[in-house]
Amino acid sequence: MKPFRILFRSINDGLRSVFRNFSLSTASILCTTITLILVSLAILVSINVNSFTKDLEHDLTIVVFMDRDSTDEDAEVIQRKIESLSNVDSVEYASKEVVKAEMMGESDTFSAIMGSWNADTNPLQNEFTIKVKEAEGLNKTAKEIEKYDKVDSVQYGEGMVEKMVSLFGVIQKSTIVIVVALVVVTAFLISNTIKITIFSRRNEIEIMRLVGTSNFVIRLPFLFEGFFLGIIGSIIPILITIYGYMFAYDKLGGYLFSNIIRMVKPTSFVFTVALVLLAIGAIVGMFGSFRSVRKHLKI
Amino acid sequence: MKFIKIQDCYKVYKNGVTATAGLNLEISKGEFVFIIGATGCGKSTLIKMLYREEKPTKGKVIVGGIDVAKLRNGKVYKLRRKLGIVFQDFKLLPKLTVFENVAFPLNSMGLKKSDIKPRVLKALELVGLKEKVRSYPNELSAGMQQRVCIARAMVNSPKLLICDEPTGNLDPETSKEVMDVLDSINKELGTTIVMVTHDKDIVNRMKKRVILLDNGILASDELKGKYKAHETV
Ligand SMILES: Nc1ncnc2c1ncn2[C@@H]1O[C@H](COP(=O)(O)OP(=O)(O)OP(=O)(O)O)[C@@H](O)[C@H]1O
Ligand SMILES: [Mg+2]
Repeated sequence: MKPFRILFRSINDGLRSVFRNFSLSTASILCTTITLILVSLAILVSINVNSFTKDLEHDLTIVVFMDRDSTDEDAEVIQRKIESLSNVDSVEYASKEVVKAEMMGESDTFSAIMGSWNADTNPLQNEFTIKVKEAEGLNKTAKEIEKYDKVDSVQYGEGMVEKMVSLFGVIQKSTIVIVVALVVVTAFLISNTIKITIFSRRNEIEIMRLVGTSNFVIRLPFLFEGFFLGIIGSIIPILITIYGYMFAYDKLGGYLFSNIIRMVKPTSFVFTVALVLLAIGAIVGMFGSFRSVRKHLKI
Repeated sequence: MKFIKIQDCYKVYKNGVTATAGLNLEISKGEFVFIIGATGCGKSTLIKMLYREEKPTKGKVIVGGIDVAKLRNGKVYKLRRKLGIVFQDFKLLPKLTVFENVAFPLNSMGLKKSDIKPRVLKALELVGLKEKVRSYPNELSAGMQQRVCIARAMVNSPKLLICDEPTGNLDPETSKEVMDVLDSINKELGTTIVMVTHDKDIVNRMKKRVILLDNGILASDELKGKYKAHETV
């Protein structure tokens, strides 16, 4: 079939060009590789950040400390009030004896110190542990509870989480800027490589024109050349993404910074990321060559 | 309807040079036409309009029923497939063999190898170079190289062959070889040939139609024409 022969020839031509101008191609390929590694890092990091901020939100709790003179009856009243709040998922009450017992169970040091405390000297407070449904309402709910009678203070991790999330937000945004800049540079470099190929083959192109080769057929090999530059440039980033992430996950046991941040399991998603990298490589390559072809292969 | 029809054709280049000024010309199928005239008189410009390398600024140029001025850039290839073009400087690709050079137009059209081969061999036979298929252009004499170009131009069996000073780089001996090839193509295949030349001897010897341009204007148009004594080469 005619279209297939033309396609095959163009692919062949494009691929040969990649290797014919090898030093030039290498520059483009390297730039693509570096860009895509950063893109991969950005994607992996943001997937993980998204996942563990969700984790954090899921675990968001408010701890309510009761006044020291509060009684179990007071606690019951307050528990009912808290349960009636819309953003509250669950409420758990622990009297200061229970808290003491829990803490003593956790370590021998605690156990030694707290063993001497009795009901009157126990400096701990009765407390509620509240899980909320949405992180956004956390602040409001906590303030609401703080106003209740017999409530001494409330504690919630909002400040830290928000700071972390916003820090990651900043990191993510600056990564996006860097990545976009790199993508542009890559496209430009590829476009320049193609330009040089076009110039080195201008006699051939001139003859093609004169003997009646259609514009499309003249341009196709150059588009493939860009395509291949992009694809070749994405090989190493893809390997790094798949094997690197699996390796890191394995080495770190699935957690970052002790047990706080759980990594996303390297299941199918690394392959999705790999596919995205391949697509970006191919698109940037074709876009670069398209730019050059349009500029330098006008009829 | 004439094969080539040029009506009131003006070509003014971007720099303001008027290359042709109100040309009127008709060429029938199967004719052999020389276009002569002093340097810069618009000969190349005229034939460039035939293959739509240039568009007329004003007027009409119709080739084989195609109005060149109205042809969109993306469709120019359709016109060029219907004609062959030969230049003074050959324009062969040095890294391709004679066979590959002649096959080049067919290859880029995506034809099957088994369809290409007989057509290439036929074209090479036409110019008497069938035994040179495996040679590279730089292994051939200038006259042979020009004949390869003619084979390449003829491989698509065009109705029109356009030549811009095809013997400009050749000595009289090899020029004659090339002219014999062109003459036989014209006679045996009925291909219309429009040839720009400065070569007085060729024009005088072949006794074909001669169109003389002078500063972009048709100065004379004679069947069985000759160079006249006062005309500069
Ligand atoms: N692309 C161009 N841009 C501007 N001016 C041009 C261009 N091509 C040709 N000209 C001018 O147009 C005029 C006619 O040029 P043309 O090439 O048609 O002459 P010619 O008869 O073929 O000359 P020669 O015998 O030297 O080949 C000349 O004055 C030339 O300088
Ligand atoms: Mg000329």
